[in-house]
Amino acid sequence: MNKEKTFIISVSPHIRSEESTPRIMWSVSVSLLPAIIMGAYYFGPHAIFVLSLCIVSSVVFEFLYQKTLKKDITINDGSAFLTGLLLGMNLPASVPFYIPIAGSFFAIIITKQLFGGLGYNIFNPALIGRAFLLVSFPKLMTVWTEPSASFIKFDALTTATPLGILKEEGYSKLIEIFGDKANLYTHLMLGNRAGCIGETSGLALLLGAAFLFYRKYITWHIPISFIGTSALIAWIFGGNSGLFSGDPLLHVLSGGMILGAFFMATDYVTSPSMKSGQILFGTGCGFLTMLIRLKGGYPEGVMFAILIMNCFSPLIDRGFKSKIFGAVKKK
Amino acid sequence: MLQKKINYYEVIKNGIFKENTIFKLALSLCPSIAVTNNLRNGVLMGSAVLFVQVMVNITISIMRHFIHPRIRLPIFMLVISGWVTVTDMSMAAFAPDAYKQMGLYIQLIVAFASILARAEMFASKNRFIPSMFDGIGMGLGFLFALSLISFFRELLGKGSLWGYEIINAKPLLIFILPAGGFIAVGILMGMFNWIYGKYEKKSS
Repeated sequence: MNKEKTFIISVSPHIRSEESTPRIMWSVSVSLLPAIIMGAYYFGPHAIFVLSLCIVSSVVFEFLYQKTLKKDITINDGSAFLTGLLLGMNLPASVPFYIPIAGSFFAIIITKQLFGGLGYNIFNPALIGRAFLLVSFPKLMTVWTEPSASFIKFDALTTATPLGILKEEGYSKLIEIFGDKANLYTHLMLGNRAGCIGETSGLALLLGAAFLFYRKYITWHIPISFIGTSALIAWIFGGNSGLFSGDPLLHVLSGGMILGAFFMATDYVTSPSMKSGQILFGTGCGFLTMLIRLKGGYPEGVMFAILIMNCFSPLIDRGFKSKIFGAVKKK
Repeated sequence: MLQKKINYYEVIKNGIFKENTIFKLALSLCPSIAVTNNLRNGVLMGSAVLFVQVMVNITISIMRHFIHPRIRLPIFMLVISGWVTVTDMSMAAFAPDAYKQMGLYIQLIVAFASILARAEMFASKNRFIPSMFDGIGMGLGFLFALSLISFFRELLGKGSLWGYEIINAKPLLIFILPAGGFIAVGILMGMFNWIYGKYEKKSS
């Protein structure tokens, strides 16, 4: 925390700014609030329990690591809090208590701190935490609770996610379950469908993303190129009856696409810093997501797509260097 | 080096700790990830390498005056492949079950950087007995590293050891998958160097 307040020497011009790491981290956490409320509303008290367990264990692991290694304790900067929150939002509501703890341990200690702490991690910690859990506990991590919208009903039913149904039983079955197309989109927008705690409600996530756009914490480049590419591929190759017969809106609204595109792929540390590089990054994410969804073994591919593109972001940064004004081109 | 009296204990210790093939030199990482998803394979692989390393070192130190320096590397390779073939065939004859799982990796011992490196650096310059001890040290170091990695991977990934069930669950499935192999090797390498660094500081 003290690191933020130290005297920084840099080249002019200087602009006075209120921005700092904690401020950005806490703002992002606040912007996720609508999605959390919707998740809690549909999945009940156990969702809140999972979320708080993730946050608490993330912060505790960061504190313990920094305490043990006698480093500056930076739990107040909100980054561990945000990692825990994002990890929790990416878990199904029905997971037993040890899964959030194991995921937080892997996200904070292995992915973030062992690589040197905030700013040095190659991969998005929350997503690596989830990937670790998905590979380690494949059964438990794919038990989806049916949204009940009631705090009293405890014995929740399990069901498949829209993408799971799409993969296993096809598009017509999905329409059959939800009634008609308009009804399906409404359900996806509001979040009344099976899925991870924080990814279901498209509308709430877009509300949070709008706040981030307003504060200029994220730019349009990554999310729009991500979602645009996915929609395009879904439209061309996603259908059963030949080319250009897919349903792009279904693919964009279902799964973790909106959460991933606006909140995960835009992570400052693990995405390219140049605008042109960001568009390439987003396009790659969209392409890989659809590749996994349409051709791969998993019904959902956003997580793996972002992680794979994370390891390309240093390379992309090298390819799209900023122009140095006044420099002479080497011959 | 030839005239100097060599402390055999130090030579062995050097192979196990100071120049541990996997943890210190970071060589031969391919088999250390590929075959270590259960303890039995790890130990068998380590023993195979130990045998090849010792025999290669002995052979080359005996032959070292007859090898022309210009063609030494092809000759070393021939010697190594000879001993690997011996290991390969004996294993196929005496342990066919294990051979089915890891036969490919036994043949891969030919390409191990660590074996060629010891032949070049030690066996071609030293006499018979020190070369043998060097081979034992390096081989034991490899065996130790492989056993350690496969011990943790099997225990965490399958909940068993040497095929016998220890925990009645599969705690972290990821550790028997290749990704878990990288994680396990990385963490153990870090721990080994951390502990060894402390020990070195203390003894100096």
